This record gives sequence, C-alpha cells and structure tokens, in this order.
Amino acid sequence: MPNHLLNPDKWIDLYADYLFNYTISRVNDREIAQDLVQDTFLAALKSMKNFKGEANERTWLISILKRKIIDYYRKINSNKGKAEVRITSNNDSETDGDWLEERVADPFDKTAEDTMQNTELGEAIFKCLSKLPEKQAEIFRMKTIEGLETEDICKELNITSSNLWVIIHRARTAMASCLKENWF
Amino acid sequence: MSKKLNIGIPCSEANHVCDKSQYRESSFWEKVKLNIHLLYCKACREYTKKNIKLSTIITKSKVTCMDKKNKECLKSEFEKALKDNNVK
Repeated sequence: MPNHLLNPDKWIDLYADYLFNYTISRVNDREIAQDLVQDTFLAALKSMKNFKGEANERTWLISILKRKIIDYYRKINSNKGKAEVRITSNNDSETDGDWLEERVADPFDKTAEDTMQNTELGEAIFKCLSKLPEKQAEIFRMKTIEGLETEDICKELNITSSNLWVIIHRARTAMASCLKENWF
Repeated sequence: MSKKLNIGIPCSEANHVCDKSQYRESSFWEKVKLNIHLLYCKACREYTKKNIKLSTIITKSKVTCMDKKNKECLKSEFEKALKDNNVK
C-alpha cells in the first residue's frame, strides 16, 4: 500500500531550492550543482514507477541526488592525471623560501565541524520553509534568502508593501518556532 | 508626555519596525521609537530577540537559492520531459 504519492508537477517549485542548497554545500560550484539538480529531477521522472511510497517525496529525491553527487565525484576522480596534487613553486630568487601566499594557513578558515553544522542548518531552514504556506514561503525566500528589494517583490507579486510585511511577519514567527527545537 | 512627543508606539508597530530592521529598512527615528518601546514591553523584547536570532542563523548558514533564470530553464526543460513521459 503506497502511503506517499508523487506529484511531479510541483517538484520544481517545492524542492528545487532545497536540492540546490543541498548540492552546493557538497560540490561548491553553482553550475555543477545546477546540472546535478536537473539530472536528479529527470532521473526521478524516469524511475517514477519504481517509487514504492515508503518514503516521502523529498527523501526519495534526496536519495537520488546523493547517488548523482557520488557519481560526479567518481567521474572527476577517474581522470587520473587531474587527481595529482599540484604545488606551485616560487622561482623568483628574491622571494625564495618565503611563504607561498596560497599555502599559508588562513586564520579565518572554518573548521570542518563548523562547515558541517552550517550544512545541517541550511537543510533545517529549507525543511522549515517547506512547512510554511506556499505564499509565505515564497515571499520569505525572496526577501530573506535572495535578498530582493521590497519594491521589486511587491511589483512582481502585485501586492502592497503593508501586505508584504504582514506576510513576512507571519513567516518569521513560524520559522522561528520551527527552528526553535534544534537551533535556538 | 508620550502623547505630546509621540514616541509611544503600540506593539504591532514595534514588531513591524523590528521586522523592517532585520532587512535594514527602518529609519533612525523608527529605531529610536522601537527601543523606547522595548524598555517597557517584555513581550516585544522577546520577539525582537527571536527575530534577531533568526536573521543571524540565516546569514550564518549561507543558504542560497537557484538563480531565477536557471530555475526557469530547469522548469521548462522539466515540463518538456514530463510531457514526453506522459505520452509514453
């Protein structure tokens, strides 16, 4: 008995940003992330009949995306020549023996743990965002994550600015209480 | 006195100013009024605290979205594939 159904018409609106954010924290390149997300959606569409309904849509899509990311790393590492470590040597006699700029430890560099926590946080934010009503989520995303101007959003969605602020207020309250459990 | 100077604002307005400040869209005078309100209103202090925290974690997490153009591209591509799939 399938208890979860697939609804591909809404996939892009609902999950594109979530998947994109998930990918970008793992491959660190916008273009590649974009391609991987697209591959994922198309692959998902093809294997829709294999969906057993055991997991919900998003979990299922993420599991496909994970495979795609692994495949991507496998592909770039199979070109053996590219896997070697390159060291730029400093041939200039004057600066001989100096630190190579790019090899000096960066004091502002984040530790792996920090980065990992931020990845999890990003996922939590998108999960909470998907729980909001569609319109609230859309406006909150445009305003907070994309950082668009109030005026532009109002024009595009054809709403008044006071209307926008009311929606933002509701969205922020909902987001805060959703994230509260783990992150506040 | 507060009536004369017009510095007392209701909670709803205080929250509105607080929301606006999260996007740096509140004016100086609005912020002054908000801070005066916060002096005597515990509920709004709570709200402001939560609101600032939300802003901080969102900046900290560095979440990004797909570019609008790319998303449209993806959408049209996907819709094409969806149609093909339905025909089969």
